[in-house]
Amino acid sequence: MAGSEEKEKAVFDVDAASALVNELRCTFASGKTRSYEWRVTQLKNMLKMCDENEKEIAEALRQDLSKPELESVVYEIGMLKNSCRVALKEVKHWIVPEKAKTSLTTFPSSAEILSEPLGVVLIISAWNYPFLLSLDPLVGAIAAGNAVVLKPSEIAPASSSLLSKLLVKYLDSSAIRVIEGAVAETSALLEQKWEKIFYTGNGRVARIVMAAAAKHLTPVVLELGGKSPVVIDAGINLQVATRRIIAGKWGCNNGQACVSPDYIITTKDYAPELVMLSAIKVSFQFFLAFHFLPCCCSFSCFFNCFVLIQVDTLKNELERFYGKTPLESKDLSRIVNSNHFTRLTKLLDEDKVSGNIVHGGERDKESLKIAPTILLDVPQDSLIMNEEIFGPLLPIILVNKIEESFDLINSGTKPLAAYLFSNKKKLKEQFVMSVSAGGLVINDTTVHLAVDTLPFGGVGESGMGSYHGKFSFDAFSHKKAVLYRSFIGDAAIRYPPYTTEKVRLMKALIGGGIWNIIQALLGWGKA
Amino acid sequence: MDQIKVEKGMAELKETFSSGKTRSAVWRKTQLRALIELVHENEEEIFKALHQDLGKHPVEAYRDEVGVILKSADYSLSRVEKWMAPKKGHIPLLFFPANGEVMPEPFGVVLIFASWNFPISLALDPLIGAISAGNTVVLKPSDMSPKCSSFLANAIPKYLDPKAIKVVEGGADVCEQLLQQKWDKIFFTGSQRIGRVVMTAAAKHLTPVTLEMGGKSPAILDVTSTSSNMKVVAKRIVGGKWGPCCGQACIGIDYVLVEDEHSSFLIGSLRRIIREFYGENPEESISLSRIGNKNNFDRLSRLIKDPLVAASIVHGGSTDEEKLFIEPTILLNPPLDSEIMTEEIFGPLLPIITLNNIQESIEFMNSRPKPLVIYAFTKDETFKKQILTHTSSGGVVFNDTMVQFICDDLPFGGVGHSGFGRYHGKYSFDTFSHEKAVMHRGFYPEIEPRYPPWNSFKLQFLRLAYSFNYLGLLLLLLGLKKKY
Repeated sequence: MAGSEEKEKAVFDVDAASALVNELRCTFASGKTRSYEWRVTQLKNMLKMCDENEKEIAEALRQDLSKPELESVVYEIGMLKNSCRVALKEVKHWIVPEKAKTSLTTFPSSAEILSEPLGVVLIISAWNYPFLLSLDPLVGAIAAGNAVVLKPSEIAPASSSLLSKLLVKYLDSSAIRVIEGAVAETSALLEQKWEKIFYTGNGRVARIVMAAAAKHLTPVVLELGGKSPVVIDAGINLQVATRRIIAGKWGCNNGQACVSPDYIITTKDYAPELVMLSAIKVSFQFFLAFHFLPCCCSFSCFFNCFVLIQVDTLKNELERFYGKTPLESKDLSRIVNSNHFTRLTKLLDEDKVSGNIVHGGERDKESLKIAPTILLDVPQDSLIMNEEIFGPLLPIILVNKIEESFDLINSGTKPLAAYLFSNKKKLKEQFVMSVSAGGLVINDTTVHLAVDTLPFGGVGESGMGSYHGKFSFDAFSHKKAVLYRSFIGDAAIRYPPYTTEKVRLMKALIGGGIWNIIQALLGWGKA
Repeated sequence: MDQIKVEKGMAELKETFSSGKTRSAVWRKTQLRALIELVHENEEEIFKALHQDLGKHPVEAYRDEVGVILKSADYSLSRVEKWMAPKKGHIPLLFFPANGEVMPEPFGVVLIFASWNFPISLALDPLIGAISAGNTVVLKPSDMSPKCSSFLANAIPKYLDPKAIKVVEGGADVCEQLLQQKWDKIFFTGSQRIGRVVMTAAAKHLTPVTLEMGGKSPAILDVTSTSSNMKVVAKRIVGGKWGPCCGQACIGIDYVLVEDEHSSFLIGSLRRIIREFYGENPEESISLSRIGNKNNFDRLSRLIKDPLVAASIVHGGSTDEEKLFIEPTILLNPPLDSEIMTEEIFGPLLPIITLNNIQESIEFMNSRPKPLVIYAFTKDETFKKQILTHTSSGGVVFNDTMVQFICDDLPFGGVGHSGFGRYHGKYSFDTFSHEKAVMHRGFYPEIEPRYPPWNSFKLQFLRLAYSFNYLGLLLLLLGLKKKY
């Protein structure tokens, strides 16, 4: 009946959350989720779910984000299916205990490390990739044998509702549940004791999640974001670089992705490189450069040249991808809601930067669309340079020497990803050594997410813990150390009454090699 | 220690870290060697401090503290360069040419809290990990072992790089000041209560933490399968209870589970061994540590003051407040809801809980918070498997106690309320490192279908590409895959 349905929906409070956790604990205690067969069945069903509902999922994503079909099919469903396949193939290897070495000191003994599920875990997902970010962690939790509660984001309501329906239909509801809702429901869930909490989202809410977890001493994985920079060096194939930047920026949910290039850093000093460029382009850029600087000294011209060529290339490629009226392009997601739309337009309209827009800037409040926008040489203290943009705005920062870009990046909080386009070996090495971020990619953007042998996670403000591939399995497992000893070989020196003689023998036994041990036992060696 | 001093110290550590000095293998190895020298050259002083703070005999001090550190530092010294090397990650053909690796990098400025019961090893063992991983460190020893704390504060600046490793002494107020700062990692050893405080403070700055706590670590005794080895079993139980700091150890045995019919046999064996180890008058034994401090003494005395609990004492029970001495005490079946059976004991009181059948021990343990370690004395392989698969704990040791602590290849850490994160050996290095994923790509060839405008060919291509279906891709490119 409608009345009671409403009543049911209205009350997911602390008591309901507690009852839910208890129910899942019972399921977990029964041992059901630990069996290999159960894990494999769930993963197979998840694959089936993706295959049979691709249209519905794409439609929900279109409703929530105007996400282009290709992005939905490839980046959400495709990547998730891959995750399932990898887990299905590998879980039988992952659950095998790992042998560990033992030393002479504990001879005779043998040791191993057992992976065991943590128990009942909570996954809180985000709105920008609502399917992938809900189900990819779920793959890890299932593969590791846990019972799970999934809390999708209410900011993507069609996806949240579809997830709720599909998981009930395809997965084992006695062990895997979806709770929809907003702050109240999330708070009720966070009051409970979980064996692990996996959160994807922003730093503000992450602090709340970790503080709640602290009450129960619950370990957490926090997948957050940050300002992922792209450093562009000279002497590269600028066209390819530009396309890859566009694909990573506007091609990923229109910049609303945690690993989207947030801003570009490039240098002013490219004279030798510029001489190699085509005469037509150079003369056109010289004309433009004249407008930027009254003193037309050669270096400053050249600096503007390369930058303008970059901008020019960006503009060309953007037009190739999205046409002359990108606001109407079907290949760009919209801004998720009016809150974010307002936030982004505020970044654009700040006095310090509004004059620096060199491309785009158009917006349509009704359809929640903002065109791909490039800003040149924005001040460091502008709003747009002090928060994660998470939208289709791309500032370009200029530095004198390319190495300064590393210091610039390191002076901010550590991002989730950092990108460098360069062919110079030394620069690449320096970049890898000195830039701290969750992950780094050289000469491309965002592709590392598709590589399941690389851990995906942040550091510092961009998060803690990691997942993908076996890292997902590990994130939801406890690695239990097991030591097997026998009764022979009981060294009396372990036991009281203690004497100075025993001190000597003890020194030999711990950390001493076989010779020291023999010496000690024979009464030789140092005291 | 005021706020300004703390901030100044941190600023210096940040600067040192930014200079890149701590990242070189040379610096790390120099520090590790210096630490080994520190311990070697000051062994007597360390023994003295441990004796003053806790009444530890040099054998215990060496076995549980000095020896552990020397071994750990040595282990790290010979392997740190290998650990520092990036690990290759396989990249799918789709991205050819490309390579991937995981590169460990230090977090930055880290904070280590040590506890009072193993004031040297629980300070220096994590420090070895932090240094191996290339971090700068603030070490906060426990003020409840003042002589050891003061020793560390004096010795460390003499041997280790004072611009990179600092010792901060003090009590709760200093801890609070330290916790207000933004650290890149916090490593905490101590109680669950303080663990919560530490993690809550860390949450404000999104600082990752490792919490090494405790719990009620049980010893399960399956007499049926081990009766012929009872003497060794009894020695290992006594050794695992009263040996480490008189029961004040996170991995010490908290209580024993045994079948009812064997309880007197067990008690008899334990009493014999206690006499063998500590003599007729344990108060005079130099082989038994003291209770660490008055707080703990009062708490333990309170545990056995409960009349129902006192009535269950079958051995020992005497205390001496002045000497902070509590006799090795055995209790038989104190009430399960008494404090001694619901709180971590952390002292020389050993409850023996009897069961009808030793198999019931599994349910007994599962109905309680997960301990740091489960000790099981049994030769029954089926029972061993059941314990492993039906219970959860930080670790499990079969047929012995305590020794897992010195196994460098075994991760040491808890689960649930006994903690999270782990260390020892390479795990120490890992716990203080961020594993950074690095992927290198070339500019050619280009995967054109990556780029809009979208069409059904590109969709089909990417579908196949992302499932790494190379044959399908080939067919598609050759125009042999029609349907899209």
